[in-house]
Amino acid sequence: MVRAVVLGGRGLGANPIAMVTDTLGLWGLRLLLATLALTPLRHATGSSEWLRFRRMLGLFAFCYLSLHFTMYVVVDQSFNVGILLEDVLRRPWITLGFTALLLLLPLALTSTRSAMRRLGRRWQQLHYAIYPAALLGCWHYYWQVKRDVRSPLLYAAIFAVLMAARLWRKRAAIAQRLSAAPAVHEAHDVR
Amino acid sequence: MLMPQHPDPKPSEITPPEVYAARRRFMTGALGLAAASIMPPALASAGPTGAALTFQRNAALSTTETPNSWEDITTYNNYYEFGTDKSDPSENAGRLSTRPWSVTVAGEAEVKGSFAVEDLLKPHALEERVYRLRCVEAWSMVIPWVGVPLGEVLKRFRPTSRAKYVAFTTLADPRQMPGQRSSVLDWPYVEGLRIDEAMHPLSLLAVGLYGRVLPNQNGAPLRLVVPWKYGFKGIKAIVKISFTEQMPPTSWNRAAPGEYGFYANVNPAVDHPRWSQKTERHIGSGLFAPRRPTLPFNGYATEVASLYSGLDLKRNF
Repeated sequence: MVRAVVLGGRGLGANPIAMVTDTLGLWGLRLLLATLALTPLRHATGSSEWLRFRRMLGLFAFCYLSLHFTMYVVVDQSFNVGILLEDVLRRPWITLGFTALLLLLPLALTSTRSAMRRLGRRWQQLHYAIYPAALLGCWHYYWQVKRDVRSPLLYAAIFAVLMAARLWRKRAAIAQRLSAAPAVHEAHDVR
Repeated sequence: MLMPQHPDPKPSEITPPEVYAARRRFMTGALGLAAASIMPPALASAGPTGAALTFQRNAALSTTETPNSWEDITTYNNYYEFGTDKSDPSENAGRLSTRPWSVTVAGEAEVKGSFAVEDLLKPHALEERVYRLRCVEAWSMVIPWVGVPLGEVLKRFRPTSRAKYVAFTTLADPRQMPGQRSSVLDWPYVEGLRIDEAMHPLSLLAVGLYGRVLPNQNGAPLRLVVPWKYGFKGIKAIVKISFTEQMPPTSWNRAAPGEYGFYANVNPAVDHPRWSQKTERHIGSGLFAPRRPTLPFNGYATEVASLYSGLDLKRNF
C-alpha cells in the first residue's frame, strides 16, 4: 500500500489484492530486518540509543505481517478452509511464511515491560526466535517468486550480513576471552 | 459451443470501449485537480489508443463474459523482455519498433523464406475473438483479441508430413528489449505447439486488441494466443516460425522443467509445485470478489479435450 502511494497515485493496479498482500509482506520483511539491524548498529556506533526503536520496529513488523496474512486468508482466499489447509500443509513457501508468523506471535505478546520482568532471562532466549523467523521470511519470499530472484536474494544477503555481524562480534569476544585465558594459566604456573 | 462458468451478461450489456472510455474521461474530469496533482499525465487518459482495425466479430468462438478494461489488459503484463514487474512492459515497450517487421518461415514446409508481416496477414480477414486468458500465476482476464486463425496462415506454407510441431521465436534485441540484458530467461524466448494444436480453430495469431492495433506490451506486431493453455504459451513479437519433426524447446520449460511443461494446458487437477491451480483471481473483479474455480482447459474442454485423448495430462503438464 505504501508502495502504491509512493508510486504516486497509480492506484493499486489491475490486481489490487496481490499488490496489497505483496506490499505488506515486503514491508513486514523490511521492518523485521530493520529490527535486526539495531544491535549491529549499536555495536558499530557505540550508542545504545538505537535500542529504543527495537520494540516499536518489531511490533510494526508483526503488524504488517499479520495484515499480510489476513489479506491472504480473508480477502484472497475468502476463508476457504480446504484451500488454506492445503496451502499451509503442502506448499512449502506458505508453510515457511506461516511458521515465521507463528514464531513472531509470542514475541509480540511478550513485548511489554511486565512480560520482560516476569520472564527474566528466558525473555531473551524466547526473543532469539526472531532469527529463524527472519530466515524463514527471506526463504518464503525466495520461493514465492516465479523466476526473478534478484530481490529475494538481496533481502537474504542483508539478513546474512546482519547475522554475520553478530557472529563476528561473538568471535571477537571469544578470542578476547581465549587470549585472556593463557595469561591466567601462566600466572597459575608461576604460582 | 463454449461453456462459460458464470452467469453471462447479454451481449447488449457489454460496455463498448467507446462508452467506458467516455465514462473514464468523465471520471478523470470529475476527480479534477486532486487527481491531476497526483497522477502522471500519461495515465490520465487510459482508454483504447492506436490505429483502428477493420474486422469481423467471431461470436461463435467468443465468450460472452465481460472483457477486462483496456487499462488492465495493457498495464498488467508478463513480458520479461521488458522487465519482470507487471508494470514494466507498459513502461518500457515504447522503444520497440514494430514496423517494418518480417517473419522467417523455416523447417519442414514447402514454402519458406522471410515475409513482411503485412504479406503474412493480407490474404486473411481479421476476426475479433473474446477469449479467456488464464495465467500460470493463477490470475485470469477476458481479452477481446483481433487476429487471424493460426492454422490458416500455417497452411499457406504447406507443411510437409514431417512437420509434427511448430516452433516460434521472439525478437532478440537488447537495445529495444531492455529486459533481455538480464539473464532471467534464456533469450530469445521460444515456444511451440504440436501441429494439431496449432491447426485448431481456436489458435489465433493476434495483431489487435479492442479493435485497435496491438500495443507493444501485449506482443505487437504479432503474437500467439492459445486460450486453453497458460498465458506463457502466447509468445509475443514473433520473428520466426519453424516447422519441426522433434518437440521444440520452450523457454519456461527450459528455465524450470519441473514447474512448466511443454503442453501447459490449463488444468485445475495439476497444481504448480509451489501453488494451487484450482482457483484463479479474476482481474478487475474487485477487492471483495471471491476467487473463481479454474476450469479444465480454461473452459475450452468441449473444443480441445479430444486433442489429448490417451495422453496422461498429469505427466504431460
